[in-house]
Amino acid sequence: MKNPVDIHPGTVVQGKWHKQTYRIVRKLGSGANGSVYLAEVNGKKVAMKMSRDVRIITSEVNVLKSFAKAQGDVPLGPSLFDVDDWNVGTNTIPFYVMEYIDGTPFLHFIEQKGKSWVPVLILQLLSELDKLHHAGWIFGDLKPENLIVTSTPFRVRCVDVGGATQFSRSVKEFTEFFDRGFWGLGSRKAEPSYDLFAVAMIMINCYYPNRFPKKEGGLVQLNRIIRENRELARYEDILLKAITGKYTDARHMHQEMIRDIQRQVSQGKGLQQTQGSRRQKSPQKKVRSRFIGVLETVLIIFIICFLYVAYIMEKIM
Amino acid sequence: MKTGTVRQILLITDGCSNYGEDPLAMAALAKEQGITVNVIGVIQNDQIDEAARQEIEGIAAQGGGISQIVFTEVLSQTVQMVTRQAMTQTLQGVVNQELKQILNKDISIEDLSPEKRGEIMEVVDELNETVNLDVLILVDTSASMKKKLPTVKEALLDLSLSLAARMGNNRFSLFVFPGKQKNVEKLLDWSPRLDAISSVFSKLIPGGMTPTGPAIKEAIRHFEDRRSIFGFLTKSDDFYHEESS
Ligand SMILES: Nc1ncnc2c1ncn2[C@@H]1O[C@H](COP(=O)(O)OP(=O)(O)O)[C@@H](O)[C@H]1O
Repeated sequence: MKNPVDIHPGTVVQGKWHKQTYRIVRKLGSGANGSVYLAEVNGKKVAMKMSRDVRIITSEVNVLKSFAKAQGDVPLGPSLFDVDDWNVGTNTIPFYVMEYIDGTPFLHFIEQKGKSWVPVLILQLLSELDKLHHAGWIFGDLKPENLIVTSTPFRVRCVDVGGATQFSRSVKEFTEFFDRGFWGLGSRKAEPSYDLFAVAMIMINCYYPNRFPKKEGGLVQLNRIIRENRELARYEDILLKAITGKYTDARHMHQEMIRDIQRQVSQGKGLQQTQGSRRQKSPQKKVRSRFIGVLETVLIIFIICFLYVAYIMEKIM
Repeated sequence: MKTGTVRQILLITDGCSNYGEDPLAMAALAKEQGITVNVIGVIQNDQIDEAARQEIEGIAAQGGGISQIVFTEVLSQTVQMVTRQAMTQTLQGVVNQELKQILNKDISIEDLSPEKRGEIMEVVDELNETVNLDVLILVDTSASMKKKLPTVKEALLDLSLSLAARMGNNRFSLFVFPGKQKNVEKLLDWSPRLDAISSVFSKLIPGGMTPTGPAIKEAIRHFEDRRSIFGFLTKSDDFYHEESS
C-alpha cells in the first residue's frame, strides 16, 4: 500500500498547473485512498484531497464533475473547485480541491439530537439519491462515515465519492456491512437498489451503533436483527423491501416511508423514544403530564412530515 | 476500442517455496508471455517471515503484478482490490503504449495536464469494465494453510461475485499446490464463475511441500492450452499486456 500523504498545518501548497496557493489548516481524515485536509484560500475554507495515486484523484474528479452536471441547487457531493499537482522536493503529489462540508457526522448527529431525526435524514438522503440516480449514477459506498449533517437548515450531505459508479457498471468500492453482495442478497451491479440496500443498513446502524458480525447472513439474520429492536421493527416492511431489492427507485421508498410515518402518527404509535435525549436535558418537563408530552411529540412529527411533504411537492412541481 | 483479454495469475500463499524451479524466474517467464502474476500473502498473527515477504514481493515484481500481505480476516477485500488494481495497471500500460504511438514519445499519465488525465481515465475505466478477464488462481495448500482455507474459499467466491457485475466476460480456473500425486492439481478448468469450488474446497487435504515455481510454470501452460484451443478464433495480439521495456 502506498504511504499516506502527511503534511503539517501551516504548509502552503501551490498548484503546478493553475498556480493557486492553499494554506493547510488541519487534517480532516485519511483512508486507504488518500488524505483529506482542511485548507484556506483567500480566507475561504476548502477541503483538499491528496493521494499518491494519480488515478484515484483523476477518477474522483471525473465523478465530481459528472455530479455537478447532474444536480441542481445543492449537490449531494461536494462541489469541485480545482485539480492540480503539488511539487514537493522530487515528489509530485496530485490533489483536488472541493467544497468544505462543515457539519456533524451522521451517527454523531443522531446521538446528539435524538432518534426522531432518523426518518427525517433518511428521507432527505432518499430524495438526494433519487436525483443522483436520475443522472445515471449510484453512490456506491454509502455509509454513515460518508454522511455529514450540515446546519441551518439541518441537511444531509455526502463526502467521499470514490465509490460512485455509472449505472450497469460494477461497484468497485464498498464497505462490507453496507454491501448487499457481502450479505448474500444481490449483485454488485450498479443500480438504484444497490444504494437502497445500503440506506436500509444505515437505518439499522442507527439502532445498532456497534453494528454486528455476519452470522448466517442473508435475509434470515437481517430480519431477526430488525425484529429484535422495537423501534426498528416499526419500519420492518420498508426495510425488508429495500433489503430484498424490491424498490427499483429511491422515490418509491421515500413515498412509502412518508406513508408509514403518517400512519404511525395517526395511530399514536412511536412516541416513547422521540422524546428521549431532549427530555433528559430539561428535567422540569417531567412535571408535566405524560399526555401533554406525547401530544407535543405527535404534533412535532406531524409538522415535520407536513413541511417535508410540502418541500418535496414543491421540488416536484 | 476493441475488447481484448487481460490474463492474470493470482497466487495465494503464506510462505516460502521449497521445491522445484525458482518462482521468481517462473513469474518473469509468465510476464514475458503477457500474463501478470499477482501475489497475496496471508498471515495469521502479525508475524511474517522475512524470507517469505521477500519471495512474495519478488514474484509480483518479476511477474509485473501487485503483491499484498494481509491478515486472513481481510482477505476478501484484498483479493478483489489486487485483481482490480492489477487489471487497471495492465490497461493503463496498454493505453500508455497507444499514447506513445500517437505522440511519438514516452509519456505517462502523470505528465499530462489534469484535464487530459480525466479523459484518459475514462478510457481506462471503460476498458476495465468491458475487457475479458482470465484469472488463474493458484492456492498454496501446504500444511500451514489448513486453517486459512475456508477464508480463502469465501474470498474467491466474493471475487467471483464482484467480477460477475462487470460487463466483460470472466473466466476462472483454480489450481492447488501441492497436488495429490503431482506438484500441482487442477480443481477447476476455465469457467465463468467460481461457485463450483465450494464443494471441492472442503475435500482438500492440506500438507506436503511448497512447489511454488512448478505451480506457476503449470499455470502458464494452462493459459497456453487455452490459447491453442481458441487460437483459431482470437489472434494472440488481442491479449492485453504491458510490453517489458
Ligand atoms: N469535502 C469534505 N468536507 C468535509 N470533510 C470531508 C470532505 N471530504 C472528506 N472529508 C472528511 O475526510 C475523511 C476522509 O475522506 P475520504 O474521502 O473518506 O477518504 P478515504 O476515501 O481515503 O477514506 C472523511 O471521513 C470526511 O470526514
